[in-house]
Amino acid sequence: MDPIIILHAGLATGTILLFAAIGEIFAERAGILNLGVEGMMLLGAMAGFSTSLSTGSPWVGLIVAMLAGGIISLAHGLVTIHFQADQVVSGLSLTFLGTGLALVLGEGLTGQNPPLVPSFSIPLLSQIPVIGPIFFFDHSLLVYVGYLFAPLAWYYIHRTRPGMHLRAVGEKPEAADTMGINVYRLRYMYVFVGGCLAGLAGATISLSVSPGWYSTQTTSGQGWIAVGLVIFAQWDPLRAALGGYLFGALRRGILDLQGPATLFGFRNPLFVNSNFGFFLQMMPFILTIIALVVGSRAVARKRLGAPAALGVPYIRGERGL
Amino acid sequence: MMKNKTLWIFFLMMLALAMTLSACGGGDEPAADEGSEDTAADSGDTAAEADTAVDCTSSTGEAEQEGSYQIPTAIEGCYNVAFVYVGPHDDGGWSQAHDVGRIYVQENVEDVHTAYVEIVAEGADAEQVIRSLARKGFDVIFTTSFGYMDASATVADEFPDVDIIHISGFMTNGENFGNLMGAMENMKYLAGMLAGSRAMMDGNPRLGYIATFPIPEELRLGNAFALGAQKTCPECTVDVRWIFTWHDPIIEKDAASSLFDSGVQVVMTGADTPAPAEAAPEGKWGITYDYAGNCVIDACLTSMYWDWGVVYARIVEESRAGTWVAGSEYFDADAGAMGLYGFMEGETLQPGVAELPEADLQMIRDTLAAMLAGEFTRFDVFKGPIVDNQGNTVLEDGVSLEQVDLDGFSQFGSPCTTCMYWWNENVTAELPELE
Repeated sequence: MDPIIILHAGLATGTILLFAAIGEIFAERAGILNLGVEGMMLLGAMAGFSTSLSTGSPWVGLIVAMLAGGIISLAHGLVTIHFQADQVVSGLSLTFLGTGLALVLGEGLTGQNPPLVPSFSIPLLSQIPVIGPIFFFDHSLLVYVGYLFAPLAWYYIHRTRPGMHLRAVGEKPEAADTMGINVYRLRYMYVFVGGCLAGLAGATISLSVSPGWYSTQTTSGQGWIAVGLVIFAQWDPLRAALGGYLFGALRRGILDLQGPATLFGFRNPLFVNSNFGFFLQMMPFILTIIALVVGSRAVARKRLGAPAALGVPYIRGERGL
Repeated sequence: MMKNKTLWIFFLMMLALAMTLSACGGGDEPAADEGSEDTAADSGDTAAEADTAVDCTSSTGEAEQEGSYQIPTAIEGCYNVAFVYVGPHDDGGWSQAHDVGRIYVQENVEDVHTAYVEIVAEGADAEQVIRSLARKGFDVIFTTSFGYMDASATVADEFPDVDIIHISGFMTNGENFGNLMGAMENMKYLAGMLAGSRAMMDGNPRLGYIATFPIPEELRLGNAFALGAQKTCPECTVDVRWIFTWHDPIIEKDAASSLFDSGVQVVMTGADTPAPAEAAPEGKWGITYDYAGNCVIDACLTSMYWDWGVVYARIVEESRAGTWVAGSEYFDADAGAMGLYGFMEGETLQPGVAELPEADLQMIRDTLAAMLAGEFTRFDVFKGPIVDNQGNTVLEDGVSLEQVDLDGFSQFGSPCTTCMYWWNENVTAELPELE
């Protein structure tokens, strides 16, 4: 039971949620709710794994995983942006589509060992006490990418002109349209970006965090947690990263807590009754359900700062909200 | 209206796509029937009206959609056997081991047609799937998850002509519904010897066990492992992590890392994935479970695996001959349905095992040989003297546990006397609390 080890492991598994949640933030900031994250992740996990296996290069695998997630997300874009269909229904069916495709195409991948994304320590930085062993010691390259990506995404959304366009499209599309922003094109683009990042999150599982292809169990619900995390993070990439890391550390902490008989001089509850682990393991999913319920109430949504046009199809020329 | 027109075109496109997909679906969709290459049924002596030989290995297509499951069809003139899996047929673990058994039946039993339905949720879904299979004319149905027990019992009563064999449960109706399971504690015991030997050699006498749910089976298998480890490594201790799932790659990986990081040398798992081997840092080791093919990397010492084919083939033959008796069948290693990877015929030792002291390897080989010959069974694994980790005597010297003790908690209403609610003396974890 070493907090440093728990946090170190939390960063690795949290990176999965980081990519998926930030991808979803991009899509939702543009006004498109995509509940298909789980399906896109699974497809990305399969595509990345399979490509790395056949080409021998995990890098090609990551790119293909992103493309796979991105391309399938365009189906959601077509249905919700072009045909203005219900985003919840379309997103859910995208989960089924992605899962089904991944299972059929992933036939025979179980038990294979493709080259994986390498892990390494960062010299000098890893020598810093406490911080070094947590953040810079023996992590997958993708974890380091995640460190840079979250603040960059935040900066992009909040401080750059394209980022302002993105927010405008999600807050008041008719105003954005008036200002000469192509609402449809931007929405397609960010749905695609969200899909790419979900695909990358999937490949983060299959090529780095827990390598391998285990059919539907590869993602085991991470996509849903990512969707809930977006609401918790109030559509902020930095908070999403933090939340992802916390959920990751929680999952590992439950296991490590079963080891020692005493904690801070008290009887360790998880050592005495490991069934508490059941409860703790459930927490991310409970929180996800709460987040989704709360997040679907209009009043609460306003207070949380949801993009005003989230889930509302934009039809040019019709009266706005 | 322009909009409507595009919508219609899109709708028609989707319809066309759906039709193409479902047309392909009959061929080799997951739920469809999978034949072996060319074991064509020879002019059948069993097929009653076999004037034209029926090819039982071919797929008939026409898998029918039932809810979200595709129900395969039986072939007339063949003996039809269906399997219901809780996971995907290629999960690399429990369900795949059953599928290997199914393929064995298809290839080795004459005029038999096999099919499977995968990823079937336990409970109401399972009942529907099993009932559909029975209605479709399958003669034997293997239901391969604990949670299918009640569903199997219900359907068996409705279809007295269909034999239903439930894996890992305890119910039977004495007519056409029986249960089947094997004493994996045999292989876990051997794996314990192996792990102990390895830990001894590495000079770090600490072992780890990833346990799934607090049920008798998991304590039994963990204790068997711990007892085996005692043989080769008297000072070895076993630490435990509960993960509350049978199959979750990320949690299993975390649990394995958790054990390794706390200083454990060899990790053995009760769950499906090869996580213990994959999470093993340089110089440490993992032992995998369920499926022979999941022990592939060098950090894997061995896999305790199921090899259901022989038992399945026998039951199918018996069922066809009408001699199968529904009951509770619990087999030991001599049934030929389980193995220890690297030690069975035609397998080679993993590199981390080959360098172990010859005396230890010989002891494992001898015990395995005795098991396969039926001279060493689960009652020898659990034979006294056994002391639990609270210092209480579980079994006096020479006394064995009864079957009812092996899979019972008195807390769950089992009439057992000694029961399985104890950890062997070298386990450092505390018992999971039951309600």
